[in-house]
Amino acid sequence: MYQTKYHKPASIDDAVAALAVAEDGKVLGGGQTLLPTMKQHLASPTDLVDVGGISGMADISVSDGCLTIGAGARHADVAASSVVRDAIPALACLAGGIGDPAVRSMGTIGGSVANNDPAADYPAAVLGLGATVVTNTREIAADDFFEGMFTTALEEDEIITAIKFPIPSSAGYSKFPNPASRYAMVGVFVANGGSGARVAVTGAGQDGVFRADSMESALSSNFSAGSLDGTSLDADGMMADIHGTAEYRAHLVSVVAKRAVTSAV
Amino acid sequence: MTQIKMTVNGKSATADVPDNTLLSEFLRENMRLTGTHVGCDTSQCGACVVHVDGRAVKSCTVLAASLEGADVTTIEGIANGKDLHPMQAAFKANHGLQCGFCTPGMIMSGIDMVNRYQAEGQALTAEAIRHELEGNICRCTGYHNIVKSIEDAADEMSGMAQAAE
Ligand SMILES: Cc1cc2nc3c(=O)[nH]c(=O)nc-3n(C[C@H](O)[C@H](O)[C@H](O)COP(=O)(O)OP(=O)(O)OC[C@H]3O[C@@H](n4cnc5c(N)ncnc54)[C@H](O)[C@@H]3O)c2cc1C
Ligand code: FES
Ligand code: FES
Repeated sequence: MYQTKYHKPASIDDAVAALAVAEDGKVLGGGQTLLPTMKQHLASPTDLVDVGGISGMADISVSDGCLTIGAGARHADVAASSVVRDAIPALACLAGGIGDPAVRSMGTIGGSVANNDPAADYPAAVLGLGATVVTNTREIAADDFFEGMFTTALEEDEIITAIKFPIPSSAGYSKFPNPASRYAMVGVFVANGGSGARVAVTGAGQDGVFRADSMESALSSNFSAGSLDGTSLDADGMMADIHGTAEYRAHLVSVVAKRAVTSAV
Repeated sequence: MTQIKMTVNGKSATADVPDNTLLSEFLRENMRLTGTHVGCDTSQCGACVVHVDGRAVKSCTVLAASLEGADVTTIEGIANGKDLHPMQAAFKANHGLQCGFCTPGMIMSGIDMVNRYQAEGQALTAEAIRHELEGNICRCTGYHNIVKSIEDAADEMSGMAQAAE
């Protein structure tokens, strides 16, 4: 790994200041994506600004029908949180299925959402629940946040501080993991709430996480796995690689979406 | 460079380390604790698992500089003098290793999963053990004896926890 300068600011203001003067500074969350990338010389930031020392960054709370999870909350903490398990059990379950236990000890929700890996789990929940990404400068609706593979609406040096999830009447997540990496071959998050159903698909789309409109309308009139029987997704726009063709993934989305609806609580 | 002070296996350790030093490098090269193995460059194999403040982490994917004040336990820190930890004893009794390269990580992950399941009052079934070992790769054993070792150690460790109450 190339040399870098490590900073551990105690406040968001100090973190912003450290990033502002750095030549090529990067936020460090749990490091479970950034450090492997640096080890392989695919990234070489001059400065790392660790946001793990900022107080309140890992808080989890519920108020006004909304679950707020601090950007620094570790996957293991979200999975084990009784607040999350009560409010949105599907989200706790999703967090408990990311990678492996040691990755979950360190990895954070903020890092996962900022990274927007096309096969990551959290983006499906953020988009599927119509959450809001809160940063040091503004609030961004999930529908405007994910802009394509590894691309988000975040400006250079903008720091995610929390994610706000509206609590749905029910939600479910199902993933068909790649047997080697455990990332999603296809993962589908479904949520049923006041304004109808939302369906977000990860792992499959060429542009990263996306909403499946036809499934949303079918589920909005009747939220049951059977409603998805007639729906199908076009293979155009699906990822194709050594693990599966575009047609295979398109088919898998329907199968996994039904499992997600069946699991919804 | 960053000056760090942490506790490693119960003893205080202070050092000036370059900021890009990984915990695995700090343990192996500064502390000469070479029981923590490094088996990959991609954070996937788990040979490097140690405990930081009571949680299993991949020491190859944590910066030493970020661990000011942390409490670190490595494979060298779990036996009680000459008495093996029950997880080590179970790996020995069940032939839970062949070349032994993955073993330090397997043992540290094994202890972590038993502790977590017991704290939650959940049963650690063979199926759960296999699932929990998602991040630990073994090229030799085929895993069966590793799973048996952890099952045995879990029984032993719950007996110990009950005796301590
Ligand atoms: C073996 C392995 C298996 C994995 N399996 C899965 C899986 O199955 N599913 C899955 O979804 N993920 C998986 N991951 C990725 C894991 O979830 C990471 O934790 C996550 O992608 C990144 O979170 P992090 O906190 O570690 O972020 P980092 O690695 O610290 O950072 C990632 C990126 O986000 C930026 N960043 C971090 N925090 C913030 C913030 N608060 N504001 C703005 N930008 C920020 C960083 O600058 C960097 O660009 C796996 C990783 C490994 C090593
Ligand atoms: S050496 Fe750390 S996971 Fe392989
Ligand atoms: S015993 Fe050789 S890698 Fe596991």
